[in-house]
Amino acid sequence: MKGAPIVVVVGAGPAGVAAARRLAEAGLRPIVLDSGPEPGGRIWRNTGSGAQGLPRLPGHDPERGRHERARFVEWRERIAFYPETTVIDVTRGRLWALASSGEVDSTPWDRLIVATGALDRVVPVPGWTLPGVVTLGGAQTALKTRGCAVGRRIAFFGTGPLLYLAAAQHLAAGVEVAVVGDTSRLRDAVAAAPDLLADPARLRLGLRCLRMLRRAGVPVLRGVRGARIEGRKTVEAIVLERRRAFWRFSCDAVATGFGLVPQTQILDLLDVPFTLEETSGLWLPLLDRAGRTSIPGVYAAGDGARPLGAEAAAMAGERAALALLEDEGSRIDAGRVAQLETTLARHERFARALARAFPHPRVLEAEIADETVVCRCENVTAGDLRRAVRELDARDVSEAKAFTRCGMGRCQGRLCGLSAARILAAIRNVRLAEAGRLRSQAPVLPMPVAARRVPAEDAA
Amino acid sequence: MPFTIDGEPWYGRVGDSLLSAILAARSDLGPLAPDGRLRAGFCLIGLCQDCWVRLADGRRVRACTTELEAGMAVLLASDEAAW
Amino acid sequence: MSGRLATEVAIVGGGLVGCSAALHFAHRKVPCVLLEAGRCGSQASGVNFGGVRRQGRALAELPLAERARRMWSRMDRLVGHDCEFRPTGHLRLARDEREMAELERWAKEAARFGIAVELSGAAALRARWPWLGAGLAGGSFCPDDGQANPRLACPLFRRAAAAAGAEIREGERVHAIERGPRGFVLGTEKGLEIEARVLVNAAGAWGSAIAALLGDELPSEAIAPNMAVSEPLPFRIEPGLGTAGPGVYLRQLPSGSVIFGGGRGVVDLARMRCRPLLESTLATLAQVCAIVPELARALVIRSWAGIEGKTPDDLPVIGASAKVRDLWHAFGFSGHGFMLAPAVGAVIVELVLDGHSPTSLKGLEPVRFAEPVPAPG
Repeated sequence: MKGAPIVVVVGAGPAGVAAARRLAEAGLRPIVLDSGPEPGGRIWRNTGSGAQGLPRLPGHDPERGRHERARFVEWRERIAFYPETTVIDVTRGRLWALASSGEVDSTPWDRLIVATGALDRVVPVPGWTLPGVVTLGGAQTALKTRGCAVGRRIAFFGTGPLLYLAAAQHLAAGVEVAVVGDTSRLRDAVAAAPDLLADPARLRLGLRCLRMLRRAGVPVLRGVRGARIEGRKTVEAIVLERRRAFWRFSCDAVATGFGLVPQTQILDLLDVPFTLEETSGLWLPLLDRAGRTSIPGVYAAGDGARPLGAEAAAMAGERAALALLEDEGSRIDAGRVAQLETTLARHERFARALARAFPHPRVLEAEIADETVVCRCENVTAGDLRRAVRELDARDVSEAKAFTRCGMGRCQGRLCGLSAARILAAIRNVRLAEAGRLRSQAPVLPMPVAARRVPAEDAA
Repeated sequence: MPFTIDGEPWYGRVGDSLLSAILAARSDLGPLAPDGRLRAGFCLIGLCQDCWVRLADGRRVRACTTELEAGMAVLLASDEAAW
Repeated sequence: MSGRLATEVAIVGGGLVGCSAALHFAHRKVPCVLLEAGRCGSQASGVNFGGVRRQGRALAELPLAERARRMWSRMDRLVGHDCEFRPTGHLRLARDEREMAELERWAKEAARFGIAVELSGAAALRARWPWLGAGLAGGSFCPDDGQANPRLACPLFRRAAAAAGAEIREGERVHAIERGPRGFVLGTEKGLEIEARVLVNAAGAWGSAIAALLGDELPSEAIAPNMAVSEPLPFRIEPGLGTAGPGVYLRQLPSGSVIFGGGRGVVDLARMRCRPLLESTLATLAQVCAIVPELARALVIRSWAGIEGKTPDDLPVIGASAKVRDLWHAFGFSGHGFMLAPAVGAVIVELVLDGHSPTSLKGLEPVRFAEPVPAPG
């Protein structure tokens, strides 16, 4: 006789929380694992006491986070929530997680919803490894949850809506913004404008941020074609290149980001097929509209599958949970499914418009100078990668990794993998897909040598 | 909240991460890799692994995802004698 | 790729053994085609531990190991690039008196082959290598052993072989072999046909299956040695380390990372895939903490495995087939073939072309599995 299925949700951000709630409603008592101390993910996480004196920031609603966390707590009786528990490995049917105590435990699973969120995408430029350079998301997290800025005078460099949002939030918090340097051009945004109307609220927020920056007299440079961060021990200035002219802005920190990269390590370990999205250069897991992968019992939702933002993530989480329930033979609310799918389609339309408005700056990566560090963990430069192609015939990023150690360090290629592929494709003069992608290897995040297996007790 | 960096006393704020507390006191975390390059955290959300530090009690922690605790003793100076 | 090729020698398997054989045939101007199902070095040859040690080997392997060790010292000249070979020495550790007795036994026997090791008791061991844990019974240090980078070695052999004139075909999985009028006819899944007078079976974990296509039954199973690596740490562990009994092995790279091996991963032979097993990694790490206690605080950042053939007696099968003329086997290295492989390729070429080799393969030849076995009952 088969009992209730063991359902595991990895990640308690908007997608994971929404999925767990829907599963709990259906009486499935999901196991929810999250590396953070509380549910809510980065977006809805508790803003610590350090952030209490903050003025209101554009696009940031601490009340919403409080509400979402409270709703999750109401369901705590029917959800097995494990905070500070990091999934480090998974096979079909079992997963292993590391607790902050250093103990590794495992659980079998019948169905798995992966909602692991995203990381800022970065493009290496000279000086990006200096202390004082952080990701846009990192700068935002420091501000929103710790109430502290990463610098007193911050330059924002990259592209995408988060570039303007993060800059405007810092401005509102009283931090000086040295410059906003965007690699996309105004005409990209103008061309995408009609489709940006798919989400009028987010479009309005973006325009509001832009207005705030303009009104404060912050230089906003669009069409940036190159950048260099200067400083001896920490950041002292950023130099932006536009129309063959160089603009130098002194600053003590740089926040940088070019959109988001889904954290797909768990899906990759499960051998879920991936496909290259040519426009963004991102490798994304193949999913149906409901979030099913082609591996039976494995679902993906949220920014960890498709970076569409928190609102869409919550809907995708719920949609994946409904798919799971349907696959378990439950009747599900067809009206709700249609509603979710319609809204998600609108979010996807908006995301495609954003990708056109803020295209990934391929040239910046393809033409990166030989001396520039690409892999910050192992200190591998673009020149090292190109030498691996010329001298050792590295044919894809996996071979380049073997020859140069690019992507072999603590972050396991999270930060450098996409840039390395672009550099490789450019010098080999092949399509990006042929440069391949770095495959994930356990542990998903570092594990102490002293990590200990807790005795298995699920041998039923 | 009192804590120390290489034995020197500092004060952090309640609600600080260990990383934000250290960076309020100084601009970097010292060298992380044996090659001596200075680090100060990068992604600040627990993924880039750039902000691991040693504590005097033997623990190693990722500073950006670790809450500051009163009395924490952080060791940042490069110490060739210890792993 | 479909089509038909005629050549003198066909080599099945693009691991280090196959690539070395291709390189040595090419140096002798003998036409050869190497067929690799995936990419050269994508299994155990390319992702193994990287030990270059003679210490602890079965005596039957020592003539090959001696020759291979000489080759490693001048590998850059053979393949045109540094394989990161470093003669760091190898320290074999005894955790109890029984393992210490094994170290002493091996030292005595290896002396007959001219290999000198330095035996130390517990106190001397820790005086010389103070980072070792208490509780070790002793150790044996072989100063001329070393380490190299398998991720470089196999691609470098492939490149050198191709440059010398060998034809390397990757992505060609052999699924049929027949005897033809001029030797062997090999068929690949993609429809390529290779006609060759001589066949070298260097197919690793698939070696038994390749032999079986010609009716030559040789026992082996597929294993995937399980490995993991730490973050970079200040460099301190100069020699390669291994335990005398079954256990763990580890070495530190000049860049600071420490590589740990021990236990096995999981193999899917049909899909040519394998993966490390976290349970094996954790079991290995527990032993590492006992051997080098200070590593406990370090972080493990990656684990991996590579598919390898293992024979019943843990010795490779090298030499002429006992059943099929012009078929030569070189597989089943049972988890310790990386160091030997360059020499294995050279010896196979000598045997095929000259009929003899200065290096003895006694005890490793396929004939040992061909002897009549009494029927049960």
